[in-house]
Amino acid sequence: MSARQFRIWRGDASGGGLVEYEVEAEEGMVVLDAVREIQRTQAHDLAVRWNCKAAKCGSCAAEVNGRPSLMCKTRLDRFPPGQAVVVEPMRTFPIVRDLVTDVSWNYQVNKLIPPFTPRPDAEWLMGQEDVDRIAEFRKCIECFLCQDVCHVLRDHQLTDRYFGPRFWVRIASLEMHPLDALDRRALLQGEGGLGLCNITKCCSEVCPEGIHITDNAIIPLKERVVDRSYDPLARLLRRLAGR
Amino acid sequence: MATAAVETHEHDVVVIGAGGAGLRAAIESSALGARTALVCKSLLGKAHTVMAEGGIAAAFGHVEPEDGWQTHFQDTLFGGKYLNNWRMAELHAKEAPERVRELERWGGVFDRLPDRRMSQRAFGGHTHRRLVHIGDRTGLELIRTLQDKAVHQDVDVFMEVTITRLLKDGDRVCGAFGYRRTSGAAIVFRARSVVLATGGIGKCYRITSNSWEYTGDGHALGYRAGAELVDMEFVQFHPTGMVWPPGVAGLLVTEAVRGEGGILRNGAGERFMERYDPKRMELSTRDVVARAIYAEVKEGRGSPRGGVYLDVSHLPAAAVRRKLPSMVDQFMELAGVDITREPMEVGPTCHYAMGGIKVDAETGASRVPGLYAAGECSGGMHGANRLGGNSLSDLLVFGKRAGEGAARHAAQAPEPRPDEGEIEEARRELEAPLERAGGEDPYAVHADLQATMQELVGIYREQETLETALARLDELDRRAASVRVDAGGRVYNPGWDLCHELRNLLTCARAVTEAALLRTESRGAHSRLDHPAYDGFWGEHNIVVRRDGDAMVVEPRPVVTVPELVPLVEARKAKEATS
Repeated sequence: MSARQFRIWRGDASGGGLVEYEVEAEEGMVVLDAVREIQRTQAHDLAVRWNCKAAKCGSCAAEVNGRPSLMCKTRLDRFPPGQAVVVEPMRTFPIVRDLVTDVSWNYQVNKLIPPFTPRPDAEWLMGQEDVDRIAEFRKCIECFLCQDVCHVLRDHQLTDRYFGPRFWVRIASLEMHPLDALDRRALLQGEGGLGLCNITKCCSEVCPEGIHITDNAIIPLKERVVDRSYDPLARLLRRLAGR
Repeated sequence: MATAAVETHEHDVVVIGAGGAGLRAAIESSALGARTALVCKSLLGKAHTVMAEGGIAAAFGHVEPEDGWQTHFQDTLFGGKYLNNWRMAELHAKEAPERVRELERWGGVFDRLPDRRMSQRAFGGHTHRRLVHIGDRTGLELIRTLQDKAVHQDVDVFMEVTITRLLKDGDRVCGAFGYRRTSGAAIVFRARSVVLATGGIGKCYRITSNSWEYTGDGHALGYRAGAELVDMEFVQFHPTGMVWPPGVAGLLVTEAVRGEGGILRNGAGERFMERYDPKRMELSTRDVVARAIYAEVKEGRGSPRGGVYLDVSHLPAAAVRRKLPSMVDQFMELAGVDITREPMEVGPTCHYAMGGIKVDAETGASRVPGLYAAGECSGGMHGANRLGGNSLSDLLVFGKRAGEGAARHAAQAPEPRPDEGEIEEARRELEAPLERAGGEDPYAVHADLQATMQELVGIYREQETLETALARLDELDRRAASVRVDAGGRVYNPGWDLCHELRNLLTCARAVTEAALLRTESRGAHSRLDHPAYDGFWGEHNIVVRRDGDAMVVEPRPVVTVPELVPLVEARKAKEATS
């Protein structure tokens, strides 16, 4: 056991700042343990989201020493002793209170994505290799750290014309499902704004589930969109078919 | 009028809780044309269902063709020590495969066999390989599939809303009262039917796999509204929770670890399950394995940190990474243990309430008109002990049935007319902890409740400790009546949340303790040191808990049986007696 210093952002939409706390750190402690200990003993009203404590629900996303992280899997022994650990809310979303942000926009975006639509002739047989390919995308726990770090959303706030990495992953899981019948490329290119992504891979770096968002979801989706738009034969056929 | 300012919504059906059961109920209700609201304390998709790792039990017989609903039914009753509601166990076994197929049609993706059908894995207490799964994150797959289905089907979702009271019109339920956690503002739902799907009561205990949300809200809301609770003495301690580091003590280690071939050893390196259940070994039922681990530790044969070892290092590392990826990550990141090379340290953790609102098997109806329940907050399906994998199938089968029951009731129920006086009273009750000048710290009361239940109403119980627990609960009730919010206001204030939740936790803790005191035998998850054997009378009776004025009444009630299924049950009993 040793004392550790924390600086936690407290406040609401009207403003706030970092407040200092000290916690007796046990071996193996993670940031969320410390935040909850502060809540239990020093600040009963400290607002924080958490549920599973095991990196399975994605509730406790925050910025720890500036890095977008899940508090439940960020161990204190990762940081040099004697230096305060700074915990702040995700910057991209509006503040509700303390470490809690308003992430409701993400749920609105999800509603815009046409759901899984099976082929009418589906026999519901699949190879494990098909499963493995989309299982990576379906691991997403919706912590929205990828949305938090994406510069299109974080720096340019283009929430009205860009869905963000979480939803490229979601769309990839549908588009690459062997039994899905829909084509969502027009959505990606139009309302979704996939073209605004310039593949800086920031999202992939912060994903706590290790999903290769850029390599396995975004780039293949961009290729599909390009195939649709610029394949001259497909364009000709579309024109002949009147579409 | 003061209540004119309260945000009010009107629906045919309001579902409280958005885990698997609540989502499945909302989907069904809305598909039947009922205007449906889904209310949850957290964000959508964060419910405890995501923690279900192992799989969904459904007797497809893909791997072992001899499997069928009859064997699944028999396994469920054997696991529940024959206290299950037979009709629920029958419907569950018969309908689980169709509910899983339906998930696949809604976009759920599960691991496959070489012949491209869904794979099935072995699990404790299941005679055949029966659990449909995807790696060790089956619960996440289930909840995400249902979530996407629900939001594209016009279900109105209310996230981060806590319900503190069910509203009644005479005997009937006609809505619910609560508050938005993000603003603290009161909210009223008028509804012809209400479905409770709030999960369990794990936060009564100190060592638990459950999240902060598991405060027995549905159990307590239903009880206060006049519903009966059943089987409350049966609290499942999952055999394998993490024991280290301290911050994650109790965190679940999936039974799939044993399903895939994990071996349990004590501190001396002995494979101790040989002494407790030589036939099923590590894949014995959870009650047996939890007691075995408890006994090994208590008798000085534990690991240095007070658990036992669970080992998969004899399996090929690549297979472990493929079949148990989240366990590999969990131990590497939280404990610094590489489970492909070294054993895990595990011990029992409070995991699941078999007990809950007593419901009609066909419709999920409680005895209160308009009030339905499904999933963990309902009771009867699992009897004295739940088999692993039977909860995900339970919440699909009975979530659907409760959604249908609630929608059909709503179609012929009168217009919901909550009483303004009751809404005012609910509002005063909600705000009281904010207005008290002095009073108790809710966090301290909660910690004392958890210590009481952990020490006195845990895996082993006896009359004396249970009576001590009841006396302490009296004292905790008094303290909880004067809890106050000492910092912050209405906006996202966890201290205020806990004030309401404490009351629910205390109701559930008392129900567990009273029922445990009445059941003078040991059966399934309920072990009495002073009554270590089965008892004939109690083998044929459940315990029902109900409210009579301010008093809690606890009484035996004959088990619900199905005459046509007697031969199946007798055949299983005979087989167990001879093996």
